[in-house]
Amino acid sequence: MLEFILSALRAAIPAGTPLLFGTLGEVYAERSGVLNLGVEGMMIMGAVAGFGVSQTTGSVWLGILAAAVVGGLMALIHAFTSVSLRVNQVVSGLALTMLGLGVSGLIGKPFVGQPLAVRLQPINIPLLSDIPVLGILLFRFDLMVYLGMALVPVLSFVLYKTRLGVTLRSVGENPAAADAMGVNVGLVRYAAVIFGGVMAGIGGAYLSMAYAPAWIEGMTAGAGWIVIALTIFAIWDPRRALLGAYLFGGVRVLQFRLQPLGISPNLLNMLPFLLTIGVLWLSSGQAAKKRIGAPASLMSAYSREDR
Amino acid sequence: MKIPHIRFEKRLETPRWLPAVSLLVALLLAMLTIGIIFLALGVNPLVAFQRIFRGGFGSVFGLKETITKTIPLLLTGVGLTLAFKGRMYNIGAEGQLLMGAIFATGVARFLPGLPAIVMIPVLFLAGFVGGALWAVIPAFLKTRFRVDEVLTSLMLVYVASEAVKFLVYGPWRGTDTRGFPITDEFPAAAQIPQLAASRIHYPTLIVAVLLAILVYLLLKRTKLGYEIRVTGENPAAAHYAGMNYHKIAMLVMVISGGLAGLAGMGEVAGIHYRLRPPDSISPGYGFTAIIVAWLARLNPLAAILTSFLLGGLLVGGDAIQIALNLPAATVQIFNGVILFFVIASELFNQYRIRLEV
Repeated sequence: MLEFILSALRAAIPAGTPLLFGTLGEVYAERSGVLNLGVEGMMIMGAVAGFGVSQTTGSVWLGILAAAVVGGLMALIHAFTSVSLRVNQVVSGLALTMLGLGVSGLIGKPFVGQPLAVRLQPINIPLLSDIPVLGILLFRFDLMVYLGMALVPVLSFVLYKTRLGVTLRSVGENPAAADAMGVNVGLVRYAAVIFGGVMAGIGGAYLSMAYAPAWIEGMTAGAGWIVIALTIFAIWDPRRALLGAYLFGGVRVLQFRLQPLGISPNLLNMLPFLLTIGVLWLSSGQAAKKRIGAPASLMSAYSREDR
Repeated sequence: MKIPHIRFEKRLETPRWLPAVSLLVALLLAMLTIGIIFLALGVNPLVAFQRIFRGGFGSVFGLKETITKTIPLLLTGVGLTLAFKGRMYNIGAEGQLLMGAIFATGVARFLPGLPAIVMIPVLFLAGFVGGALWAVIPAFLKTRFRVDEVLTSLMLVYVASEAVKFLVYGPWRGTDTRGFPITDEFPAAAQIPQLAASRIHYPTLIVAVLLAILVYLLLKRTKLGYEIRVTGENPAAAHYAGMNYHKIAMLVMVISGGLAGLAGMGEVAGIHYRLRPPDSISPGYGFTAIIVAWLARLNPLAAILTSFLLGGLLVGGDAIQIALNLPAATVQIFNGVILFFVIASELFNQYRIRLEV
């Protein structure tokens, strides 16, 4: 039993890593006041770009770089429509998701059914990986898992302790005041949205290159939407994003581990989505109690003329 | 660094010709963009467009199929115009559609003895109730706990889809289906009649068109419709005017969910006569209907035209999948690009737009 729990916990971390990257990115985008519902589309584009480029070049790092660039470019579209054109952010994000699902299907067609020739190698951190139990549990992952973990303190430090973070938060809370202080609201929003896309792209690449090394059409299967829910669950705090992402990674693992017990796989597949609804419900109660909520200007475009 | 600044000057009034022209320009630009994407990905856009048009509109067979696909798109799209007018972002119509299909199958399965004259109305009712119930969940969470309806309604799509799979692989799998994950055939009384030599289940089509007219009248001519529009355009004003937000939010969700449920009912009782795995019931009608609604500029009557257009696009999309050996997701490129250009074009109706670099 202990072994079962340990191995499930160990598997939860890589399973949660794509969600972690996506959520950290979306936290920053939404902190600037822009909701991007296109995460699913950016992740799937990252997945196909990462798989395709690493498969053709033989380099995993070029694959991840390509995924980051493609994710950023996708996000640029949303930044243009929602920041410059000021269109409805919900609809624009939805369009981005559809676009990503469609284009990735077309790009990925030649790769369907191919196993990925190159892999991210696990790195055993010297000394730490030899600690009994904990060593296996925490210190024998590939580099991307560690990168995800490391980004959590970095991004939360930047958000709460630096001038850049203050600027980002002020743009999301009160763009008019930030503008009056000389902040270029549009530029900050563009940067935050593009950063979100880069992170979603990397998350998608981890999915197709490490977690399930293959390209399957529509393989994100709702992960991008779970990211958006996790952003709310995290109450826009990178530290809580880690918790949420690994929790959902755990659910994914549980889904596969419970199947041999004779529970219908279809019912198990409902788990992450039902849990997401539960988590959103819970977060709404917490947010009300603690009087914290979404960045005040989330979903509203800013224009000096309208002030 | 300078990012392009686009200046908006609010129009005092929109010229009458402008909305139609801007929509047309948007569609042309969308086609151009899709063509460029196709070209970049090694698909000859001229061949693809020609095949799509010919597939969807170029033959009697194609037109019949297009009208068949118009039915679920129109039903769902009309519901969504209402929901979006009231600013309830019901993105989960696909799940409500599947629930309608489940409920209708339940009726056919558990009330097999009903005569057709009773059975058909009961099927319509069951489809509506199934979809409406599935939409009540996000509406309830939104009005009572302020949980975002976009995410909850969307999560329920996945749940509904797994529920359909669970039923057809499990307890509802037919006895004589040679191992296929489908239910037994509906009794004859539970099969909605089709026009000769087509799959057009015309009673559903008639209901869909009538509902488009009814919802149009509801929005334009009734006090309730006025309240829905005000709530959507200016929730604060609606609140001060004493309008009941909870009631309106719940109502538009119930209607839009119910209409999506009718669409799902129509697919199983009008075409397949069985419950099947979700992707053979619907190739994403619930999502395409979002575009039907926006393309119609949230006008239920205009949705008759836009659902026909997108129905043709789906039929044509199937045709190029086979002819050019493209993946099923290709049609999503159309969905995404068209949606971008349509929402962007709306700005031109409200503002004069000047680019300052």
